[in-house]
Amino acid sequence: MSETSTTPPMTAIGISAAPARRDIGLGRRYAAERRFRLYGMAAIGFGLLFLFLLLFSVVSKGYTAFQQSMITIPVEFSEQVLDRNNERAANPQKLMTANYPIIARDALARQLGVTEGDRATLREISGMISDSVRAQLRDIVVADPSVIGTTRDVTFLAHGNLDSAFKGQIDLSVDEKNRKVSDRQVGWMNQLAESGVLAKHFNTGLFTNGASSRPEAAGVGVALIGSLYMMLIVLVLSLPIGVAASIYLEEFAPKNRLTDLIEVNINNLAAVPSIVYGLLGLAVFINFAGLPRSAAIVGGLVLTLMTLPTIIIATRAALKAVPPSIRSAALGLGASKMQTVFHHVLPLAMPGILTGTIIGLAHALGETAPLLLIGMVAFVADVPGTPLDPATALPVQIYMWANEAERAFVERTSGAIIVLLIFLILMNVGAILLRRRFERRW
Amino acid sequence: MNIMSETAAEKVLEKKMNEISYKMIGEAVSVYYGDKRALYDVGLKVRENTVTALIGPSGCGKSTFLRTLNRMNDTIEGCRVTGRIVLDGDDIYDPSIDVVELRARVGMVFQKPNPFPKSIYENVSYGPRIHGLARTKADMDAVVETSLQRAGLWNEVKDRLHESGTGLSGGQQQRLCIARAVAVSPEVILMDEPCSALDPIATAKIEELIHELRANFTIVIVTHSMQQAARVSQRTAMFHLGNLVEENDTDKMFTNPDDQRTQDYIMGRFG
Amino acid sequence: MSMSLLLLIVAAIGVAGYLAGSWRARGLAGGKLSNLHSRPGYYGSFVAICAMIPALLLLLAWSIASPIYIQSTIRAGFPESVKMQPEATQNLSYNMISAIARGLPRMTQEERRALAEDGASARTLLAAKGVPLASEPEPYMVQSAQDLDRATVASSLWRAVLVIAAAAAGAFLSFRLIAPRLRARNRVEGVMLGGLVAASSIAILTTVGIVASMLTEAAHFFNSVPAWEFFFGTVWDPRFAAAGATGSSGQFGLVPLLAGTLYIGFVAMLVAVPVGLFAAVYMSEYASRGFRSVVKPLLEVLAGIPTIVYGFFAMATVGPFLRDISAQISGLATGNYASFIQAQSVLTAGFVMGIMLIPYVSSLSDDIITAVPRALRDGSLGLGATRSETIKKVVLPAALPGIVGALLMTASRAIGETMIVVLAAGVAARMQLNPFEPMTTVTVKIVNQLTGDLEFTSPQTLVAFALGITLFVITLCLNIYALYIVRKYREQYE
Repeated sequence: MSETSTTPPMTAIGISAAPARRDIGLGRRYAAERRFRLYGMAAIGFGLLFLFLLLFSVVSKGYTAFQQSMITIPVEFSEQVLDRNNERAANPQKLMTANYPIIARDALARQLGVTEGDRATLREISGMISDSVRAQLRDIVVADPSVIGTTRDVTFLAHGNLDSAFKGQIDLSVDEKNRKVSDRQVGWMNQLAESGVLAKHFNTGLFTNGASSRPEAAGVGVALIGSLYMMLIVLVLSLPIGVAASIYLEEFAPKNRLTDLIEVNINNLAAVPSIVYGLLGLAVFINFAGLPRSAAIVGGLVLTLMTLPTIIIATRAALKAVPPSIRSAALGLGASKMQTVFHHVLPLAMPGILTGTIIGLAHALGETAPLLLIGMVAFVADVPGTPLDPATALPVQIYMWANEAERAFVERTSGAIIVLLIFLILMNVGAILLRRRFERRW
Repeated sequence: MNIMSETAAEKVLEKKMNEISYKMIGEAVSVYYGDKRALYDVGLKVRENTVTALIGPSGCGKSTFLRTLNRMNDTIEGCRVTGRIVLDGDDIYDPSIDVVELRARVGMVFQKPNPFPKSIYENVSYGPRIHGLARTKADMDAVVETSLQRAGLWNEVKDRLHESGTGLSGGQQQRLCIARAVAVSPEVILMDEPCSALDPIATAKIEELIHELRANFTIVIVTHSMQQAARVSQRTAMFHLGNLVEENDTDKMFTNPDDQRTQDYIMGRFG
Repeated sequence: MSMSLLLLIVAAIGVAGYLAGSWRARGLAGGKLSNLHSRPGYYGSFVAICAMIPALLLLLAWSIASPIYIQSTIRAGFPESVKMQPEATQNLSYNMISAIARGLPRMTQEERRALAEDGASARTLLAAKGVPLASEPEPYMVQSAQDLDRATVASSLWRAVLVIAAAAAGAFLSFRLIAPRLRARNRVEGVMLGGLVAASSIAILTTVGIVASMLTEAAHFFNSVPAWEFFFGTVWDPRFAAAGATGSSGQFGLVPLLAGTLYIGFVAMLVAVPVGLFAAVYMSEYASRGFRSVVKPLLEVLAGIPTIVYGFFAMATVGPFLRDISAQISGLATGNYASFIQAQSVLTAGFVMGIMLIPYVSSLSDDIITAVPRALRDGSLGLGATRSETIKKVVLPAALPGIVGALLMTASRAIGETMIVVLAAGVAARMQLNPFEPMTTVTVKIVNQLTGDLEFTSPQTLVAFALGITLFVITLCLNIYALYIVRKYREQYE
């Protein structure tokens, strides 16, 4: 073979000298390399930026929902107003229908030093008090009618608009007509705040109250119960069924077309849009089987079907990770296949299975779309006693609040999202800890 | 160098025959994988236009040493190299040396044939294309043809250059990988047990090819087969437990080694 | 006898059978358990299974069959005039009868007699018992209701008797079968295996349920609206029918919904694919282990956030932001501060959905890219290619089929996504190309048609199922094809 021009020339001094450098475009290529890396970093930065923005926007809008402005003033349970003709002994209904907001309004007016007020003034004062005061005072009186005629300190909710104003969420530079609180109300608000009558308290109502059209009295309590019921149903049904199905597919199923079909099926079910499960629930559980609409049991069943594929896939992975030597060892001692699986393989796979289950549950907890179709978009103010009663769920509550027009509901929506996210974080952290604690390397 | 006179070229050729010239020199090369030390102060000189075989039992560090010669170890996380490796007088671990340029000068052929899942033509033209070595389509065609010819594959594939490289037989794939390395016109070609995955006939073809390539390239080959080392190389280096035991002319190595361990290994007492 | 009490009794028989069975096996063993084929617990379980399973199956069958049988006999007893009426009216009548029958057990004997004699007072009487009726029942209805009530009571009684008898018989017979050579373990394990098979068949049942339920309801829809008008209609205007007014009114064109779905999905992919792919490449090829272990889970947090949260983010933050910024831009450009991006728009929904999809693209592609053998990378690096050249020219082309599969899966998720579009895309079914305007999607319309009061006979409701089956088929095809590609891809490198 002849020498070609690409062959390096030789010298005879022991070490060959460098050949003439070829131009292989290093500058240009490294610039491209740096650009490429930059794109990658930018992509990750973009993702993280929006993660941050999303969380920031939710938290900044929602953290105030955990505080609630309350007014604490002495209220005179005036017999004049509540039961002028002293009929309460004869007609218990009288106390149920009495005009309670008036005594709260009068109490507040007295506190503000407004003795002689025209209608407009009184209406503005009323506008500072939540309508929920009616039920609150009624409950006090009905529980103990002897309070009538006495005066006692009562703490009640400030109206949603006043609450927003007190939290500084209403732009007071806007023209008075275009905002929900008047200048006079703002003046009173400051007066009350100075005297300590109006103060922010931790908002326990957010966690205990049910749906309400008044933002200051609305809470996720009922939704939490509904979600709890559904999660219990999902857990009780999907964990055993999912584990049983996985055990069959992984340990017993013969390799044939039926097994293949089931496998493909499960993978597809994991990718079916969640809303399709809602249609299934509507058609099968409600229309065909006649279960009640809006009930937690239907929601639970739908979410179970939706969660099953996730749990099956996770469980199969966990079973697969148990080395075959364990199975051989047990079988070699004369255990039946069933005993081998239940005594040895399953306990070893349990951490993986539980991790998968928690993650599946977390997904189910945040799922909204199928629940809308089975009628859980309902105005439910009472705590459901059984899973058959109408209920709503945390994400559905968020959806309903998101559709409310009032300004104060934005804060509630974000607050509810924070609650939901906290639950999800707890579940995921639990899953991670479980994995860390029991992770085994074979 | 194209204006080099006829006589000068003859002189160079003459010198090449008579004098020893070193293409690469390793001095006190040590390699660590994390805390584990894989090579202990290896010093080895690679002669130009020579086939140098690295032998030794598995895990002795011969492949590790080979990969330090074009810094393929850089791609392994936690790998650290100390000492000096010089290519034509430049320390290749010096920060001023560019690893891309280095690898364009020191090519590599791997243990398992690893053609890209692209056509044969694209496999061979890949290197010249990324380095911008061929300006026109005609240039590129010429480079591909020459390289395939040098790899002894041209006649077998010239009618199906645009079929996938992964469709070839194992031996053909390995020769394709050699053609791919040759196409960049490197100065040194490193081969990491290039025949270990091949049958005897394919192995024979590759060995013949190595023999021919020697005229134009400096070759370092790792092999676990002593027969192969004896057949293809002029110089042999024996590694054991991360140490260079002996480096010698191949003939001497296999007939009368200086070191007892080499003797034992060659006689098949360990390994 | 109530269902729960019956179940409790069956369970009690089962437990008793278990205890008796194990006791008997222990007795037969005579102190040497190795005389038995199986451990005593298996004999106990055998008895319990024989007692409970047939009884429960019987209970299930009875509970399904008896209401159907009772209903058919009651309806057979309707006066001829009623039988002449259309099916739907008869259904209404029957519903009323069963409502009356529900009220009957709450009444005293006298009240019942009064009801039978004076049908006119039935409504007030029943309302007092918590059973509101829509209208006055006709006399034959009260009669039928009494029959229904009697039949139901009788059925419930017979059910209890037969189920308990079955449980007792099962326990007794299996107890007699117990002998040292009885292969109790094998039998129990056979039943367990049956249980496992049943559990895995739920996956099949779910699919069958989805397809069957949606096909039936969609078939009802296609009875009133021709299929081609649905699939090729370009106008969506379902015009909510007033209650009771059935029959087709309004137009049900799928095309504008599908256009919106695909457009929003396209915008989402436009955001998610480059970002996700570059993120995956950076993670798998450049990032150090430490960086990866922090950033990868963080990005995956994006996948764990419920879609309702994204929807709210789009509606409350991104939409208004885009609207305001577009007003600023147009103000700077033209002096007219009118926003050209609406708060609810294709862009808003698509962009936020794209963010949601980033982790899907990146983690699926990360898996695929990592599966590309190291040898190919080494081959390219060994020739002096830079890392980015290796990625662009060797790794990504080799991973392409798998990445296409991953992207198809992501696309199917984009198409099926509901909450983001419900809150941020708008409800107007329009066909247009301006991404700054609202459009609507298949999923939005499913939600719209099915929230509120439902009438399972009107096309306005049933169309949701036709939309659902369309959505199901599209995503199913995408997923099956994607799974096929990815499986092929993995086999190639295994």
